[in-house]
Amino acid sequence: MRYLPKSPAEREEMLASLGLQSSEDLFSSIPGNIPRCGHLAIPSGLSEFEIRAYFERRARDAAQGYACFLGAGAYSHFRPVVVDSIATRGEFLTAYTPYQAEISQGVLTGIFEFQTMVAQLTGMEVANASMYDGSTAVPEAGMMAARITRRTRLLVASSVHPEYRQVLDTYFRHQGLQAETVPFQGDTGQVDMEALDSRLSGDVAAVLVQSPNFFGVVEQVKDLADLAHGSGALLVVIFSEAASLGLLKPPACADIVAGELQSFAHPPSFGGPYVGVLATKKRNIRQMPGRLVGQTVDSNGRRAYCLTLATREQHIRRARATSNICTNQALVALMATVYMALLGKSGLRELAEQNLAKAHFLSAKIRESGAEPVFTGPFFNEFAVRPMARSADEVNRAALGNGIIGGLDLGRFYPDLAGALLVCATETATRDQMERYAACFGGDHSE
Amino acid sequence: MSRVRRHVTLDEPLLFERSSPGKSGCQLPPLDVPEVDAEQALGSNLVRREVRGFPEVSEVEVVRHFTRLSSWNYAIDLGLYPLGSCTMKYNPRLNEAVARIDGIASAHPYQPESLSQGLLEIQRTLEAFLGEICGMDAVTLQPAAGAHGELTGLLLIRAYHEANGDPRRVVLIPDSAHGTNPATASIAGYDVLEIASNASGMIDVARLKAAVDDSVAALMVTNPNTVGIFERDIQEVARILHAGGAQLYMDGANMNALAGIARPGDFGVDVMHLNLHKTFSTPHGGGGPGAGPVAVREHLEPFLPLPRIFDDPHGLRFDWDRPKSIGRVRAFYGNFGVLVRALSYILAHGGDGLRNATVDAVLNANYVRKGLEGHYDLPYNAASMHECVFSDSRQSRRGVKTGDIAKRLIDYGFHPYTVSFPLIVRGALMIEPTETESKRELDAFISAMQAIAEEVERDADLVRKAPFNTRTSRVDETRAARKPVVVWEPRSRK
Repeated sequence: MRYLPKSPAEREEMLASLGLQSSEDLFSSIPGNIPRCGHLAIPSGLSEFEIRAYFERRARDAAQGYACFLGAGAYSHFRPVVVDSIATRGEFLTAYTPYQAEISQGVLTGIFEFQTMVAQLTGMEVANASMYDGSTAVPEAGMMAARITRRTRLLVASSVHPEYRQVLDTYFRHQGLQAETVPFQGDTGQVDMEALDSRLSGDVAAVLVQSPNFFGVVEQVKDLADLAHGSGALLVVIFSEAASLGLLKPPACADIVAGELQSFAHPPSFGGPYVGVLATKKRNIRQMPGRLVGQTVDSNGRRAYCLTLATREQHIRRARATSNICTNQALVALMATVYMALLGKSGLRELAEQNLAKAHFLSAKIRESGAEPVFTGPFFNEFAVRPMARSADEVNRAALGNGIIGGLDLGRFYPDLAGALLVCATETATRDQMERYAACFGGDHSE
Repeated sequence: MSRVRRHVTLDEPLLFERSSPGKSGCQLPPLDVPEVDAEQALGSNLVRREVRGFPEVSEVEVVRHFTRLSSWNYAIDLGLYPLGSCTMKYNPRLNEAVARIDGIASAHPYQPESLSQGLLEIQRTLEAFLGEICGMDAVTLQPAAGAHGELTGLLLIRAYHEANGDPRRVVLIPDSAHGTNPATASIAGYDVLEIASNASGMIDVARLKAAVDDSVAALMVTNPNTVGIFERDIQEVARILHAGGAQLYMDGANMNALAGIARPGDFGVDVMHLNLHKTFSTPHGGGGPGAGPVAVREHLEPFLPLPRIFDDPHGLRFDWDRPKSIGRVRAFYGNFGVLVRALSYILAHGGDGLRNATVDAVLNANYVRKGLEGHYDLPYNAASMHECVFSDSRQSRRGVKTGDIAKRLIDYGFHPYTVSFPLIVRGALMIEPTETESKRELDAFISAMQAIAEEVERDADLVRKAPFNTRTSRVDETRAARKPVVVWEPRSRK
């Protein structure tokens, strides 16, 4: 086996030095009444060539070469090659969690930069070293809010990503926390402020909203913060499309920001691995879940970094930890850090402007072709439309025939919105692709 | 110390300190549609002026920045990484290549099932292989890491008991367990009752028996345990639990000792998680991403997270209609890219190859143990599986702790072992070499550890002040925690 670095003679020599006759003797501490597995029903080992061919075949049996107008929590963005050339360096790829600070300054410095850029993007004061993804960052933010306020009710906008809300339900079920949904306004697609107001009371720990929300609509975060804070609740702002933060005002009035940074350098990869973020105000730092890198000095007084505030974490506090998270998404966070560094201040702005322009172009073209917008609220790179000339299903089937994967039928998560499509255009969408997809909304289009 | 020699590493400021206005490391193609005025489209109150503080650097500076940072790290690609319970084995580069194939990396989680057949097949195949390795009936790939798998497993147990009209509130956990076990039990809404280990470092069957009553939902056990010893009484443990109506959860962090040798499903385990970033070689990446699939016996299958994959006349499809499911533990279908890498690893080994890898892992651990016995105190005498645990009791008489020995090991060109864990060993040195180390590398490690033991006798202070060969000397962790600085501010420059 090419990954095992011992010759048969070396194996014999090592066994002999242990006074053992055969490799079976190594397992003598497993009692005899425990069955041994014999041959596993797994085919014999394959060569590199064969394994590559295996996966290439599987990839051909998937959507290779399609243009894609799906967003909904997973976004296709341009990826500079530098990201992978850094992320595949063995010194990053094959390092462990940086518990030994003296030989992990590279990872630690990178995470410190990640935390800083997440704070800058979100308008928060501190950020952690990452969560699994957006969907798990959300319940962690909710539990954190409950710890801070010592309250147990959470109001969650129904326009938060439906799968994030499902994960939240799973986490909350046994925490003694109650999550209630708050509807959106049928016309704007934004949180229904009156409904929110009527549900707020002194036992609400936090209001959780997403902006841009699942429909791509940007929320009036400041108004939501005022309302939440008015009854002593925290505001948790969620985002799934990080590119929007290049243009949108940061949710600095929020108490906790939880989101997904997949847009920054990681491909959609059929849903993972992504990278969740959690950011907050300084005063809440000891209630944060997850790892944190802090600045310090070495014994020679030189600046250095190390993991810090570990007393919040499971390996120290065990059953009383702020979270059970251990392994996070460090390498994906590094990729996002490299990406943010490459784009920089002006690149991120331009990226966001291009997304805005492409999505508005596509929205206009689709309307011309035969569809109505579902919501009037402002949108960034994603929007909901209802086809008029033909059904959503027909639109997307026509698109597939043209090598295009169309938008998501919202009926999957919102029965009332069945037949409306959630469509996303990032900077990777070309004018030609967008015109071809828009044409599929026309009644006269032939398949 | 023939293994190491000093060489120049470059200093490097933070990105923010390199930044100057007007630079960028990226160029987008020209916009092929009309520009849109952001303030008009979104409303001026919703648009930010800039991302204040964001860096502005060129491409070459970014490459040099991160390359210089990388030179400050230790990594498996440099040498032995003997962290106990972490299974830091070689990460095959092929796995990186296949995860990046177009059609796999580019796949959107909501693309039509008809255009995802190859991807569903990857998941199904991996589920089947992992089920076979564990001797279990069904597997979910959704959990994102080990602790996430633990949570999933306990929620399955909870749902099972509740479905039987018998909600229970206590989870038993041996005092040798990983910290994630009790933390997870709390998140799953359980009270934790710790069970003290017996004098051999194993589960105390009598104590367990006394603790199992109708309030106990499950025992979380790691096998081999964190001392690297196979739990001899595991079948009896399973019998006691099952007789009391409780479930047996296994933390699969140490599956590198069992894959291809013995299967948890065959010794009474009801549910377990695997760490693909340990046993199945996916890179640890400086702290993730991992993947924590959960394998279950048949009776827990109806409760697995949504969605499941099933065969239908038109191909593979997602099944969303599972009324007993615990719901979702993560959006989409888990860390798919990590799953691809793990499958690539299993395909490379094959069934017999997995067994051979386990044999070498256990051989290496015992070889190291043999080399260090006599130099370090071995608190438990039972045979070791894939890792061995020493204590610093001899060295601490000279004022040298396990953490000091670890730092000195860095000077010899090795990453330290796991320090001060498991908690049942005072001053633990927990060593797991894995199968991907050559005899030569192990011999060098043993020599280094022996040399340090001698140094402790000769010059304890030398060991206490180590490391000396690193660009960063011993780091002041207390100061970092006292007044935490976790983001850069211009004044935090030193």
